[in-house]
Amino acid sequence: MSSAAPELAIGSEGLSKRFGRQQVVDDLALAVPTGSVYGFIGPNGSGKTTTIRMLLGLVRPDAGTSTLLGESMPHGAGRVLPRVGALVEGPAFHPYLSGTANLRRLDAADPTSDPSTAASRISAALDRVGLGAAAGKRYRAYSLGMRQRLGIAAALLHPRDLLVLDEPTNGLDPQGTREVRHLIAELAADGSTVFVSSHLLAEVEQLCSHVGVMLTGRLVAQGPLAELRALTARRFRLETPDPPAAMGILEQLGVPDPMIGAGEVTGTLGDLPPETVVAALVAGGVAVQAFTPVTATLEDAFVELTGEGFDVSG
Amino acid sequence: MSAGEATAVRRRGLGTGRLFGSELGLVFGRRRNQVGLATLLGLVVLVGVALKVSAMRRPPSRGGDLMTAVAGNGIYLGFAGLTIEIALFLPLAVSVLAGDAVAGEANLGTLRYLLLAPVSRLRLLAIKAAALAVGSLIGALVVAAGGVLTGVLLFGAGPLVSLSGTQLSVADGLWRLTLAALYVAAGLAALGMIGLFISTLTEQPIAATVATAMVGTLLWILDAVPQLDWLHPWLLVDRWPALVDLLREPVFLDRIIAGLGVDAGYAALFFVLAWLRFRRKDVTS
Repeated sequence: MSSAAPELAIGSEGLSKRFGRQQVVDDLALAVPTGSVYGFIGPNGSGKTTTIRMLLGLVRPDAGTSTLLGESMPHGAGRVLPRVGALVEGPAFHPYLSGTANLRRLDAADPTSDPSTAASRISAALDRVGLGAAAGKRYRAYSLGMRQRLGIAAALLHPRDLLVLDEPTNGLDPQGTREVRHLIAELAADGSTVFVSSHLLAEVEQLCSHVGVMLTGRLVAQGPLAELRALTARRFRLETPDPPAAMGILEQLGVPDPMIGAGEVTGTLGDLPPETVVAALVAGGVAVQAFTPVTATLEDAFVELTGEGFDVSG
Repeated sequence: MSAGEATAVRRRGLGTGRLFGSELGLVFGRRRNQVGLATLLGLVVLVGVALKVSAMRRPPSRGGDLMTAVAGNGIYLGFAGLTIEIALFLPLAVSVLAGDAVAGEANLGTLRYLLLAPVSRLRLLAIKAAALAVGSLIGALVVAAGGVLTGVLLFGAGPLVSLSGTQLSVADGLWRLTLAALYVAAGLAALGMIGLFISTLTEQPIAATVATAMVGTLLWILDAVPQLDWLHPWLLVDRWPALVDLLREPVFLDRIIAGLGVDAGYAALFFVLAWLRFRRKDVTS
């Protein structure tokens, strides 16, 4: 067995799944580079969770193949899953067992776990997600955020080469969200590949090096975050006391779509260097109070790519 | 093979033992199941008390019937308890456990995390089946032991008169009662495999429990319809009452051996069906 990590932590070809009459996932070719933090985004109902279930061997694809850490799935599940920590569609635990007892059960289920280190690994995982104090409480008594944390703790029972986290910040308060973001950065820094699905674009934007965009079961874009953003035309925002005068000059410069707001003009910058625009405005006698090139957000990129807003897919 | 892989292979056996321990802890640690076990025990105590009350009102007749025998010797209450509870209560208890086995985990969503741990699907099913067998055994033993204790307290103990009229020592009687409990447990475990199969068909544990209990009841009804006597030898429950054959002298084994054969056949068939169903099932819960 070669010790070199495969180039792709997750790869798929033609992955498809139909539930009844609905094509939930359609011809998916995922490429998640080893070492990346891959944001898997898409509106609710776009097929993200079904894709994750197929990648992990819970659901059988109708067509297509996939690999996890170089092992073909679902054949290699027994060999590869101990190296994968996963949170799929929210946490799920036995309500009448404590957090510790629930993790002990999952640890017992992993044939590669060393029982002699179980207690220390379990308490370390609980501490890492801030549940140390609630370890002995029954799961039933946990708040939504605590449940989510326990789900993440289960993924951290062992050092993992790959973490698959489906909507990891669901139900967390802003403090918890920050903690999870920090944790993901930490895991990535330790060398784990992190595959994180989310419907919160801003969250993915802060976390990820790579992005895949799902829409109604298809992967409409995939690549490094910067490349995806670059697909979107750059825009600017100008603050001035005299918008109509600014409009004239901008039109002369070739700005395709200047728009007047209250004391401001916005438009697409395109290939124009910002300094050229500002110089032309000043030369034309327009008072420039502020000029800001606006970096495209992932949401802009998403709208550009799909021509639709970020709503629930039918 | 790397050191890590070697460790993984070495620990496989140990891992299964650990998960089985966890499974038993889950089944017997659950308050509802403890209450269920207490109910099985309570029923046999109730039968004992009822017999005591009726025995005080009028003296026992000298019949060969198990119930009247209890009044003469408390150890018989163990056999009587098993005979009474195999009709409904023990099958119901096994149905509850079987409903939880796969459907319960699917309903909670814990099934997906077990499979991702990872537990192979065959190993999980085997562990669930083994836990059902242990549950069946504990249920039968609690009824038998509870019957003996209650019976001895209420009626006293002594050498038993076998159904064939000969005398059996107390030790021999208790030994035969243990065998009877094991025989009942084998039948219950076979019903448990039917329940395990049903449990792989749904994500609703209650539905699986009700369906399994209905199958058990249906088998008893079919077994009571004389027009279907050609079918009776093939019904799982048909030879369950043969546990009283253990009270004959010498022990009459034909029906019991045939009964164990039918139990084994049902258990194997439904375990295989459960596996065929579960092996390719999409876990979407």
